[in-house]
Amino acid sequence: MITFDTRLLAALTVLAVVVMIVSKVRISDVKVLFWFSFVFMILNTFLIFVFSPEHGVTVYGTRHEICHLVWKVYLVKEQLFYLLNIVLKYTSTIPVVILFVSTTDPSEFASSLNRIGVSYKIAYSVSLALRYIPDIQREYHDISIAQQARGLEMASRKQSFLKRLKNAASMLFPLIISSMNRIEVIANAMELRGFGKDKKRTWYSARPFRAADIFSVVVCVLMLAASIVLGIINGGRYFNPFV
Amino acid sequence: MQEREPIIQFKDFGFKYKSQSEPTLYDINLTICKGEKVLICGPSGCGKTTIAHCINGLIPSSYPGEATGELTIAGSSFRDLDIFKLSKTVGTVLQDSDAQFIGMTVGEDIAFALENDRIPLDQMRERVAEVSMKTGVYSFLRHAPHQLSGGLKQRVSLAGVLVDDVDVLLFDEPLANLDPATGKTTIEMIDELYRTTGKTVIIIEHRLEDVLHRDIDRIVLMGEGRIIADMDSASLLSSDLLKKNGIREPLYITALKYAGVNINEDIRPQRIDTLDLSDEDIAKVQNWYHSVPEKPQPAEAPVILDAKGITFSYGGSAIKALDAVDLTIHKGEMMSIVGKNGAGKSTLSKVICGFERQQKGTIFLSGEDLASMSIKERADHIGYVMQNPNQMISKPMIRDEVALGLVLEGKLSKKEIDRKVDSVLKVCGLYPFRNWPVSALSYGQKKRVTIASILSMDPEIIILDEPTAGQDYRHYTDIMEFLRSLNEMGITIILITHDMHLMIEYCTRAVVLSDSRKIADTSCEEVLTDSEVVEEANLKETSLSVLAGMCGIFDAQDFIRRFITADREARK
Repeated sequence: MITFDTRLLAALTVLAVVVMIVSKVRISDVKVLFWFSFVFMILNTFLIFVFSPEHGVTVYGTRHEICHLVWKVYLVKEQLFYLLNIVLKYTSTIPVVILFVSTTDPSEFASSLNRIGVSYKIAYSVSLALRYIPDIQREYHDISIAQQARGLEMASRKQSFLKRLKNAASMLFPLIISSMNRIEVIANAMELRGFGKDKKRTWYSARPFRAADIFSVVVCVLMLAASIVLGIINGGRYFNPFV
Repeated sequence: MQEREPIIQFKDFGFKYKSQSEPTLYDINLTICKGEKVLICGPSGCGKTTIAHCINGLIPSSYPGEATGELTIAGSSFRDLDIFKLSKTVGTVLQDSDAQFIGMTVGEDIAFALENDRIPLDQMRERVAEVSMKTGVYSFLRHAPHQLSGGLKQRVSLAGVLVDDVDVLLFDEPLANLDPATGKTTIEMIDELYRTTGKTVIIIEHRLEDVLHRDIDRIVLMGEGRIIADMDSASLLSSDLLKKNGIREPLYITALKYAGVNINEDIRPQRIDTLDLSDEDIAKVQNWYHSVPEKPQPAEAPVILDAKGITFSYGGSAIKALDAVDLTIHKGEMMSIVGKNGAGKSTLSKVICGFERQQKGTIFLSGEDLASMSIKERADHIGYVMQNPNQMISKPMIRDEVALGLVLEGKLSKKEIDRKVDSVLKVCGLYPFRNWPVSALSYGQKKRVTIASILSMDPEIIILDEPTAGQDYRHYTDIMEFLRSLNEMGITIILITHDMHLMIEYCTRAVVLSDSRKIADTSCEEVLTDSEVVEEANLKETSLSVLAGMCGIFDAQDFIRRFITADREARK
């Protein structure tokens, strides 16, 4: 997805929200992920504005000033429009990514990856990685609590950014050590049951290709085509309302 | 006994890991025949796990090294075998079933070996159904293995190995992390499988009394990389080899020895229910029982921690993890919280430490309400030691790790911190290692480091979650005696455990949780002799109370109490 066409992004955002509702994923299950991406989005937009307040002008080639803010910084229409595109880019992708993570059965995903030609060892690594996310989250929680009990403050505003970074790193140390142990155990368990002896394997969770699958593939191809066509019409990645 | 065909044969076998300078195994001569049931036991580091790895092929596949001598498995030399070929002969059930589940569902996990053999889907389904019916997990095929109870998890791992129709079943510490009742049913399940299929069964375990709950053909005792004894269980129990090599004897055997009963094969000592005591032996036990002085009851100390009506559920869930639990802790006591996995033991300690906040109920520490205190403020009074030391240690050097809490607090000068850390390291017996990296320490030493790092904060209470899990008898004794010495210095100690030995040996009182509620709060002897509590909380009656019954001693609680007193004296 390379497009920054505002109309397409807006349409995709609507689609993403609709799909999210249809999927019946409980909001409470994915709340944390949503918050995390939301904060990240705000931070990203804000930083773009701070570091390059007139980036929109370079993108769209015109300059419509609204007012003067401070020092050399002006509020410019093109910049606001550009930032709107950034936000739309987030809103059109985040729900879909969250949906993918929360509805995909890692095993089915691995077997499907393998079917389209990805080596099963890689497919299985992906599946294991997805599977261990909740375990590692739980472990991180335990570790961070134990460290807090010893006076390590994670989210305190009293500390400098560097200090906080250092504190976070000291939590990663135990997390990495215990993850390494976990990897050793699972690798042994897999090898003991014959993982990796042949070039191919079969899948217990293999699913046949259905009409719904063909339908989704077609929809995806159409969306990709739309973004390419719009790119040609706009003569670039951006839709420009200023000319 | 009829001649049997050997299936595993070690001849003058030795092994050295690539990463180590000294061999781990020396002069191993061991023959295991088809259809035998063998226990390999020994303290940590004796080489029993290395033997297991040689049998299942993890050596050299995952752990390379140099082997000398010969090892033949099912007719082929180990030099011609690899882990994949061996997996068709030897099925391994690893300890810690949680970490070894590969599939997302029970069905997928059982099918894993079949997938790797490229069995088509329809045949795979058939085979999984067949094996899961045999092991009794058919109705759970769509469940996630992690959600099952400890006993069912064991059955699932077993099914995953049985789909391959192996000749040899190798159990690597099957009892680690299981509560006492589940451990008992696991041993029964292995035995039933052994009887119905006639497969060769090898169990690696140091919890001897628990394994001997069902008959074993032979016990191979190891120590420092060598085989020390290879004999039937009756002869081994009649000798003094176990004690000498750091393996705990069954408690009833120890009690009989204290009473001066001569243990030999004739009294069939291998299991408490086969034990055949003469009238003379019974008289000896009775005399001994009366000769042990009664332990004086400790005077009631003032209350230090008082929790009332604690109710808690995780993340707004409707299921209560704690349901109106009361807990009173007296100053200077050493007590335990016991119960089956998931009963709420860990949750209760997390609520006390402020890691989780209760929805209802109050906690007072020396009369002060904890509600307004942060995690850190509570931690100044109540230290929490996690089960896995690797999860707690965040500094590479021992000294820095122990000093961490004080440095973060920033109240003391560098000199004062150094002095304090030195004194804590001395108390913990870590002073000689003070400048070592943590990674050079053994598991038990790491445990001490985590305790030391808590001690440096001068807590009045320390809560320890399964302090001795997975430790052999020597390390267990080390850790527990150390905790007792801390307790004698006046620190109140709360132990979360499902080790019944630990509970009766070191604690004066036990609080039993079951399904989020408190079901008992009394002396340890009383808990273990109350069959209702024992059953509901997945505990296990000790063999001592059975022995008391056999010898006509009615007050089993008093018998246990006096045994512990005598045992403490004898071990000093």
